[in-house]
Amino acid sequence: MAFTDFLKKKSSGDVAKRRLQFVLSADRAGCTPEVMECIKNDIIEVLSKYVEIDKEGLDIKVNHVDNENSNGGPSLFANIPIKGMKVERNVHY
Amino acid sequence: MGEVIVITSGKGGVGKTTTTANVGTGLAKLERKVVLIDTDIGLRNLDVVMGLENRIVYNLVDVIEGNCRIKQALIKDKRYPNLYLLPSAQTRDKTAVSPEQMKKLCEDLRGEFDYILMDCPAGIEQGFQNAIAGADRALVVTTPEVSAVRDADRIIGLLEAQEMKQTHLIVNRLRTDMVKRGDMMSSDDVVEILAIELIGVVPDDENIVISTNQGEPLAGNDTMAGRAYMNICHRIIGEDVPYLDLNAKKGIFEKIFGKR
Repeated sequence: MAFTDFLKKKSSGDVAKRRLQFVLSADRAGCTPEVMECIKNDIIEVLSKYVEIDKEGLDIKVNHVDNENSNGGPSLFANIPIKGMKVERNVHY
Repeated sequence: MGEVIVITSGKGGVGKTTTTANVGTGLAKLERKVVLIDTDIGLRNLDVVMGLENRIVYNLVDVIEGNCRIKQALIKDKRYPNLYLLPSAQTRDKTAVSPEQMKKLCEDLRGEFDYILMDCPAGIEQGFQNAIAGADRALVVTTPEVSAVRDADRIIGLLEAQEMKQTHLIVNRLRTDMVKRGDMMSSDDVVEILAIELIGVVPDDENIVISTNQGEPLAGNDTMAGRAYMNICHRIIGEDVPYLDLNAKKGIFEKIFGKR
């Protein structure tokens, strides 16, 4: 293994955590990980029309009921770091 | 009025029965009156972990079916003045009991005991429903592994759906050496993923195997696991106890001569 590969290699604990976060989001939402991936990509696509997104820092997850706003079902949280606005468009109101 | 606490996990083999035995023993050491109920019908285990397997006369199903009075089925642990076990039936299956009957049993025991601990079977079927039916509080046990954490998440969802009043997390069998080198999720990682309140972290400690071999729970002993379990007991009765430094203290003798 090259030294650079060694540096890039993620620890297995981190891998476990990421995999769990992903699979649990799908479990909680009651859909497959593929569907979650599609939701994520669609959100990125829509937002990318207007802003530049940090795709690495993107975090989408589904939580169990833990706020008053959700009516007993799971809720989806998206934390999407924005690098900057894209060139301003002409918005017609 | 006593409090009914169910110890559950979803996945099997993460330490529910060991946790029940040790938390029960610890609470008894804190001079609380405690009864442990093994709700895993057909796969009886809590009796051997407690070292009380030779004293069973009646069991949970006998009580439910009215073959005996509750008092006749309770085994008194002679090592502690306040500790009792209601063993499970080995020759029946989980359909012998209904959630309503378990609820009734819990209500009957509340007057007599400070804590009623229910050792829940693995899985999410009727045995689980029976065990949680009468509970006020749930302790969810997991290990820092993907399979156990995933199942714990499922259990937490089911407990929330059943409107369990309090749900706390125990991270069991943590290996600090592996966490340090990044090859195991830390208890913080697990708490972040499951998003429920932590009540204890128990290190992977070979003393657990030894204590189970001997049928003598180690809560309160001078071992890492023994201290960790005792801390959980203090937190259960409402005391604020700092978390153990799990890296700590091999004695100087152990450092020099101990096995790594």
